[in-house]
Amino acid sequence: MDNWAGLLPDFGIILILLLGVRQFRTPRGARAGNFLAMLAILCAVILVLYRHPISNYALVTIAVLAGSAAGWGIAMRVSMIQIPAMVAFQHGAGGVAAFLVSYIELSRNSMHLTGVAAVSGIIGLIIGAATFSGSMVAGGKLANKLKQAPTVLRGHNLLLVLIVICIAIVSAVPFYSGFACLCQYAIALIILSIILGVVFSMRIGGADMPVLISFLNASAGLAASFCGVVIDSKLLTACGATVVASGSLLTIMMCRAMNRSLLNIFKGITPARPQAGTPVQADTGKQKQVVAPRAGDPFEDAVEIIRKARTVIFVPGYGMAMAQAQFQVVSLYNKLEGLGKSAKFAIHPVAGRMPGHMNVLLAEADLPYEKLCEMDAVNDEFKDTDLCIVVGACDVVNPAAITAEGTPIYGMQILRAHEAKNVIVFNMDTKPGYSGVENPLYRQDNAVLLLGNAAETLDKVLKADLA
Amino acid sequence: MTNILIMISVMGLSFLVGYFLISKVPPLLHTPLMSMTNAISAITILGGLIIFSFETTAEAKIIGCLALVLAAFNVVGGFAITDRMIRLFKSEQKK
Repeated sequence: MDNWAGLLPDFGIILILLLGVRQFRTPRGARAGNFLAMLAILCAVILVLYRHPISNYALVTIAVLAGSAAGWGIAMRVSMIQIPAMVAFQHGAGGVAAFLVSYIELSRNSMHLTGVAAVSGIIGLIIGAATFSGSMVAGGKLANKLKQAPTVLRGHNLLLVLIVICIAIVSAVPFYSGFACLCQYAIALIILSIILGVVFSMRIGGADMPVLISFLNASAGLAASFCGVVIDSKLLTACGATVVASGSLLTIMMCRAMNRSLLNIFKGITPARPQAGTPVQADTGKQKQVVAPRAGDPFEDAVEIIRKARTVIFVPGYGMAMAQAQFQVVSLYNKLEGLGKSAKFAIHPVAGRMPGHMNVLLAEADLPYEKLCEMDAVNDEFKDTDLCIVVGACDVVNPAAITAEGTPIYGMQILRAHEAKNVIVFNMDTKPGYSGVENPLYRQDNAVLLLGNAAETLDKVLKADLA
Repeated sequence: MTNILIMISVMGLSFLVGYFLISKVPPLLHTPLMSMTNAISAITILGGLIIFSFETTAEAKIIGCLALVLAAFNVVGGFAITDRMIRLFKSEQKK
């Protein structure tokens, strides 16, 4: 089977898969891309069944059908706001599958394993198990079943290092003592790795979830890839490696967008622990000298500003998702467009709980995707825009990132909402965001704050006469 | 026999091609992308199937079944939800 002609079908399948990924360059092609990837997996399953006639069709069919039915049922039912949690749980399921397969392979022919297969099997086991438990913690946080704040244990770093050392020792032992009792070592490794996954991800906070979930994406792929080596399936290895590429690329992008290193995020260094009493202050030069309430009622002011504005940019953040305000936001957008104003949306890469989360939520509310603009494409337009409407976003529009050197947020790329002629903020409160740095945008002369649940406030605005 | 050179090159090549293709994906589609690659990572279902082609113990069969259930859950769920998401993205012209 190892001659090159025999591998042609494998290359064909990988080609189909890569063509599928290529389709994701445009929203229009993405659906076909997803189908191509599906086709590739289906062909891979058929090829494997053809090459390895299985003995127990009934059992296999039942298992596959049961899993598929559950997956299908849940996928059809989850709401778009639950997508990050769903994806995290699925990473976990993939991790379990990878370590179980590696375990069986290691225990099945422990006497005939080659060195390479044994090493990859053990790596697959460790990464799979850690991905499983890490994903469960991430999924719990994303589904609001666990608290969002980082949980830091005493001596957390030391504990992590100790677990890693234990794993390294347990993995090395079979190579000296022989593979006879590989099973016991494998079980010990699984348990240690599950603990590693939990300890690792528990101290990563809610707003760093886009990084964690991308990282778990990569590690699930890596586990699959190593699983492919131990079971000697090039297809499995290749598909796994493609997933690793995707996951690591997204991880890098998310870190870059937050201007933080991967290590910092994984160390659970929250950008700032809100210093008692004195939040970090920043100066934009535009803010009021005396904090006096604006002349009129902020709501009337806001309506007046909306009436006068010709160009509008919306900046949504995770707060919009939490308030489920995306439908009101899009209604307001439609109303403004109907009045002949030009409006668009500026999306920060890390807004939301997973990469690109805001886009899906707004697409669900029927916003045409041409209106969803990337940060770099739209950032120069703020200064010529009459009105910027911020909905549930804080850190991603915090000018302190540009002006306040020394604050934790300094250097992060932000949407330059503060440059717009007017800013209306629909946020719950004026508390600092996840970074802990106070947002000077709120104190600017040209900013109107409409605090409270964004969905309710927007409903009120929608009822007002905006013409 | 596992040939280490072949495996490394398969892994490396797929990674590079994947990296190149995925760097072209716009941030607009990052969520569906991750959801799809998540489904692909459950390609371990192949491993679960291969296990059933060997003579194995009952214990291995039970574990293998569990792996199959979870991998199938991941594959089908991942692709289904990706499709649901992509269908939400509508163009201006169609409105």
